[in-house]
Amino acid sequence: MTWIARPKFHHASLAKNEAGCTRRDYEGAISTLCAGCGHDSISAAIVQAFYELSIPPHRVAKLSGIGCSSKTPTYFLGASHGFNSVHGRMPSVLTGANMANRDLIYLGVSGDGDSASIGFGQFAHSIRRGVDMIYIVENNGVYGLTKGQRSATADEGSMLKKGDVNTDKPIDMVSMAIKLGASFVARSFSGDKEQLVPLLKAAIEHRGAAFLDVISPCVAFNNHAGSTKSYDWVREHNEAVNQLDVMEDHEEIVLQQAPGTVEEISTPDGTTLRLRKLAQDFDPTDKAGALDFLERHGAKGELVTGLLFVDRAPKDMHQHLGTVSTPLNVLGEAELCPGSKTLAAINASLR
Amino acid sequence: MPKLSRVNDFVVKFANVNGSGSASANTLFAKSILRMGVPVSPRNIFPSNIQGLPTWYEVRVSEQGWLGRRGGVDLMVAMNAQTWDADVAEVESGGFLFYDSTRAVPTSKLRGDVTALGMPLTALCNERYKDARQRQVFKNIIYVGALTELLGIERDTVAKLIGEQYKGKEKLLQPNLDSLDLGREWARANLPRPFELKVERRDAVKDRIFVDGNSAAALGAVYGGASVCAWYPITPSSSLAEAFQRYCNKHRTNADGTKRFAIIQAEDELASIGMVIGAAWNGARAFTATSGPGISLMQEFLGLAFFAEIPSVIFDVQRGGPSTGMPTRTQQSDVISCAYASHGDTKHVLLFPEDPKECFDMGAAAFDLADRLQTPVFVLLDLDIGMNDRLCAPFAWDDAQRMDRGKVLGAKELDEGRAFGRYRDVDGDGIAVRTLPGTHASRGSFFTRGTTKDRDAKYSEAGPDYIENMTRLQRKFETAARLVPQPVVQRSKEPTTIGVLYYGSTSPAMNEAIELLAAEGLHLDAMRVRAFPFHHAVPDFVASHETVFLVEQNRDAQLKLLLTHECQIDPARVISVLHYDGTPITARFIVKAIRERCGAAVRAGAGAGKGSGHGKVSR
Repeated sequence: MTWIARPKFHHASLAKNEAGCTRRDYEGAISTLCAGCGHDSISAAIVQAFYELSIPPHRVAKLSGIGCSSKTPTYFLGASHGFNSVHGRMPSVLTGANMANRDLIYLGVSGDGDSASIGFGQFAHSIRRGVDMIYIVENNGVYGLTKGQRSATADEGSMLKKGDVNTDKPIDMVSMAIKLGASFVARSFSGDKEQLVPLLKAAIEHRGAAFLDVISPCVAFNNHAGSTKSYDWVREHNEAVNQLDVMEDHEEIVLQQAPGTVEEISTPDGTTLRLRKLAQDFDPTDKAGALDFLERHGAKGELVTGLLFVDRAPKDMHQHLGTVSTPLNVLGEAELCPGSKTLAAINASLR
Repeated sequence: MPKLSRVNDFVVKFANVNGSGSASANTLFAKSILRMGVPVSPRNIFPSNIQGLPTWYEVRVSEQGWLGRRGGVDLMVAMNAQTWDADVAEVESGGFLFYDSTRAVPTSKLRGDVTALGMPLTALCNERYKDARQRQVFKNIIYVGALTELLGIERDTVAKLIGEQYKGKEKLLQPNLDSLDLGREWARANLPRPFELKVERRDAVKDRIFVDGNSAAALGAVYGGASVCAWYPITPSSSLAEAFQRYCNKHRTNADGTKRFAIIQAEDELASIGMVIGAAWNGARAFTATSGPGISLMQEFLGLAFFAEIPSVIFDVQRGGPSTGMPTRTQQSDVISCAYASHGDTKHVLLFPEDPKECFDMGAAAFDLADRLQTPVFVLLDLDIGMNDRLCAPFAWDDAQRMDRGKVLGAKELDEGRAFGRYRDVDGDGIAVRTLPGTHASRGSFFTRGTTKDRDAKYSEAGPDYIENMTRLQRKFETAARLVPQPVVQRSKEPTTIGVLYYGSTSPAMNEAIELLAAEGLHLDAMRVRAFPFHHAVPDFVASHETVFLVEQNRDAQLKLLLTHECQIDPARVISVLHYDGTPITARFIVKAIRERCGAAVRAGAGAGKGSGHGKVSR
């Protein structure tokens, strides 16, 4: 962890975004994770994404379960309400929060232990319900906070620090998310900010269940030779299918020269996703094709990253439930209590 | 053997096969007596099964208004061959047995002290109807016809009820009325008249309503302003969430079809309570409905809600033990698991409604309490009040009443510069101030977690911070004792040194037992406990009586455990009366238990002449 606290005040000339906030306004407390932890890079990417989208920090609710990854919401968006819930249960708490107030942005941060083992059921069902959220799994293939036990995303044949070889099949979170009906599914690498930040921005803009699997090496317990989630391994085996630019209100935010073809995907909220395709045979709107691509490349030991699937017209939980547009948490007696006259009629029907 | 002869005071029990369509016919029977102005209390005794297993419907008719299960049966309607022997054996001596005599029943299968009333139901039915389903359904209406005729229940009363039932489905009305008359005519011509058990018109029902506790609690949640419900199906609580859905669809849907509520049938009880906690953290009134096994699954989350101080409401409709744990039988066996739910030093607020009226009242009040106290509040129903229709006072609501949302700081207060520290005891009542997500751009945000925090919600593992928080929570619980519904005392007419404590669904049986014992000269002061934490009046009641009984429906005397532990009472001071076979407790059971303990002393007192009410008990 970093022991040198940065002062709260900042220079008046620090650039402000459209929400009137500086980048510093999107930061949180000092991280207590290990130096070099991939999770801190993800936190930095989250800060950058929300800053660049000019989202007022207090309009974001950040929720997590238990584990190293679940500690990170303390380290970004300090002006947002946060909820460090119980192990594996972030999805249900987030779902409930979303039911109560559909107007906030919900950021769920979880890990591979939290989501692929103890919380696998809640991960699955929150995705199925189309909860409007950004669900990030900071995936390092190992239990960090309890010191190095194997997680359910560890690859078959990968080696623990103490030398044990994993013989169980790994759970591939992105394939699961696509199968379960997530309307936005991406995978990235904590060490690749250029890919991760635009993906995060696209996920934030997406109105539906957006799932991001971010491979995030654990420098303490899973960064050795034999690990398949180490910095070296991921860099060597990364197969990026595309790179993403996110255009909001038709004004491009990220612009970079890119090789290959460009495809634009418009979403109903006015955001345009521009895909710079690296893999020519990859179409992120083709669910079956995406699953097939993941399977084929996974079999070759390649780690496919990029935007893997996106539904152009996503539906979210509130559309399924048919709830009013006003957040339920601001409804008062007039909207909620049917009153004494109705009660008298109910009494009459019970005689 | 003299035959029983009773007017407006007897028990009829229907023995049926599950899935045979008997439920609606039996309810029709019970309601028709109510419409005669005579109180009834019916109880379903049903298996964990959809079709084929035995099921019973027991109707107690009581002009005096006793709504507890009486015990014993005066008229058995034996429609299930599987349970014939046990059903016949249950009839009181001098009672009656109504059965289908299409096939002759050997005399050995009948009882000399019970009058057999055979009706060739199947034969009559087969003669009239050709379709198998019709034969089954109308058979039930035919026996209702025969029984209502036999007991003197007016035809028009029954016909009117059938009319209400088939309103909008007029095609079905006439065939049902025909079956009813078929039964009535046959009974008039063939059954003994006058009959010894009679229903006579009275005006003893008054304005009371007839409803099940689960529906009442759900309606309470609607009136209490709950807008989020997350639940997982489990008997006997499922009908509570389903009733909430029904009432909300009707009373909380806008003209354009949008809904002012959100209900999710979750993947399990863990997710249900998680959603409730998330919604309540975010400022909506939220609840779940469950039963004992669900409470077990929710334990970790309940601790989080306690320590993170999140208002949440849990309706627990109690039943028996784990997995195949008597899911269709009643018990008060979750008292301890709810009171101390979760790990760490937790204590929770419990409410004990006695009937559907109180299910409604407490169902609404629980949300005010949860918001005020920022903690989980449990409403402990049980199957007996949850799933049976019960006669009770009509629901009432004061339109001037406002939701008490407790101590929540809004943007305005934060702008005005009100200091905010999430876990600071600003008022000395142990209740801190909270803010909701999204309230203010720069003030009032905080991070919610378990117990590793200081008074300003900053991460802290320091012992003194932990202790400060825990002692404040203790103070908050003391505040809760002042806010929860107070116990209700019923003083005996004669001075007495005997007191009895009871709670929840034991109420009707207890009320009757008190009167029966008084008639025997055994007078009791009674206190109905309505909530935990206990008001000081509860230990005071124990202290002020020489002999104290505590009646409950579980094996381990759970409320006694809670009471003697929490109020530092010598356990020997409280005598338990425990009923836990899964059936609702009866006045007869209570009377017998208390009489056995006190009888000798009372008889001695009565022998001395005056003051028979001064029950003395030796232990």
